[in-house]
Amino acid sequence: MLCQECGVKPATLHFTKIVNGEKTEFHICESCAREKGELIPGTAGGFSIHSLLSGLLDLEGAGKEKNAAAQTVQGLRCENCGMTYSQFSKLGRFGCSSCYKYFDSTLDPLFRRVHGSTAHVGKLPKRAGAQIMCKRKIDELKQELQQSIAEEEFETAAELRDQIRKLEKEMPQE
Amino acid sequence: MSSLRFTEQALSDWMRCGGSHSEIVISSRMRIARNLEHLPFPLLASAEQSEEVMKQLAPVFQGEAAADFGSFQLLKLDELDELDKKVLVEKHLISPNLANDSRGGAVILNEDESVSIMINEEDHLRIQCLFPGLQVREAWVRATAIDDIFEGSVNYAFDDRRGYLTSCPTNVGTGLRASVMVHLPALVMTHQINRILSAVNQVGLTVRGIYGEGSEAVGNIFQISNQITLGQTENEIIENLHSVVTQIIEHERNARERLLADSALRITDRIKRSYGILSYAAVMELKESAQRLSDLRLGVDLGILEGPPISVLNELNVKTQPGFLQKMFGDEMTATERDMYRAKLLRETLGSQH
Ligand SMILES: [Zn+2]
Ligand SMILES: [Zn+2]
Repeated sequence: MLCQECGVKPATLHFTKIVNGEKTEFHICESCAREKGELIPGTAGGFSIHSLLSGLLDLEGAGKEKNAAAQTVQGLRCENCGMTYSQFSKLGRFGCSSCYKYFDSTLDPLFRRVHGSTAHVGKLPKRAGAQIMCKRKIDELKQELQQSIAEEEFETAAELRDQIRKLEKEMPQE
Repeated sequence: MSSLRFTEQALSDWMRCGGSHSEIVISSRMRIARNLEHLPFPLLASAEQSEEVMKQLAPVFQGEAAADFGSFQLLKLDELDELDKKVLVEKHLISPNLANDSRGGAVILNEDESVSIMINEEDHLRIQCLFPGLQVREAWVRATAIDDIFEGSVNYAFDDRRGYLTSCPTNVGTGLRASVMVHLPALVMTHQINRILSAVNQVGLTVRGIYGEGSEAVGNIFQISNQITLGQTENEIIENLHSVVTQIIEHERNARERLLADSALRITDRIKRSYGILSYAAVMELKESAQRLSDLRLGVDLGILEGPPISVLNELNVKTQPGFLQKMFGDEMTATERDMYRAKLLRETLGSQH
């Protein structure tokens, strides 16, 4: 299917928009999508955070000499929702939560630019969180263990080792 | 229709009591973005998948667990007319995004409209809590409690390292957007506002005007919110916002005192003129009414005017918006008619019947 805007490039983005119960389908290519950001649901009205993000994400912007690494990244694709990295970089939004996994190798620089950080330190969901909390505690203890070994405090080290074993046994399973 | 009581009165019940620093801080808002495991985000979700999201989320807040937060009502966006959607946006109960692109979207509201839960907005779930005045901590306590209730029934998309996974990379981590709406006329009048706003930007917060096009502030009202959602705890985000807003309040206070000390006559004249114009004008554009209502609010705080009460001014800020005017005076309206009805509403509310 060709892009309904330019009629030249193949349509790679497909959207359905419903306004007043009227369904409109859009089949557009990526360059037209970028130009006509308002066609994409939720990006109404010119400038948006997403167009800003897509500026940050766009690897093509880095110059014509697309190196092999950039090409590999462009080839990434989320196997759950089908979004490609190239779509993600244009929309500035993920298609599903699995995208985070499939695009993981590219996210640290992005998150560092947007948030100045790459890892969550806030609230944990209670159920999944119990396990994560336990893991975090074990990691902490392991670091302390390394330290006490380095400082030759073997009594403390032994205590820490026992604590870690105990926690590993008690760790709630998902 | 009873379901539309939300669009009949301009002021949500939660707005009627002041909250702390209400002479400068209009409201505090918490928004938490959450998504369900496995299902694609609303951007890519099919109609069936949006329906599935609704099926999982909607019943949670009609159950017993939520009873502590009042009784809730669900409104499906597809079933609302355009005008009602517009009014819900003007009251900040739904986002423009949900109103404009409401595929499978819905909002769950409690009676006093202090809790607004959006389904199938940019994320599957957006929990929003609104409090009057400066109450960011209080608003967070409620928002996180509501989050816990949802989490008791559904599985969130959550990652060990990235936190709560959201559609937009700018919300990942805590998914928390905490914001405070402030009225800063004296900082604007004394030309200190830009310096203050750029300082605010440097500590990881953003500032937007409200109801304005783009980032233009209408009526000297600004919304200050956190920019960073990853790598800070919710507590750090909230305390940072709280402390910055407290400092801004202090600056605005000082600027008001200085205005009164240095140019009492000029400022009194300006405020009383605005009162006169609002009470007698026959045609009133939105931008002017917002500016003059801002003068009134300042006048009441400085003791230059005895009334109207702040709650009436809050109400007028909402009622003078285009959607609300149409809701009150008739669906079809030209811009000029709107300006006429706006003037009529202001005259009637502020005392003069001429
Ligand atoms: Zn095209
Ligand atoms: Zn995906």
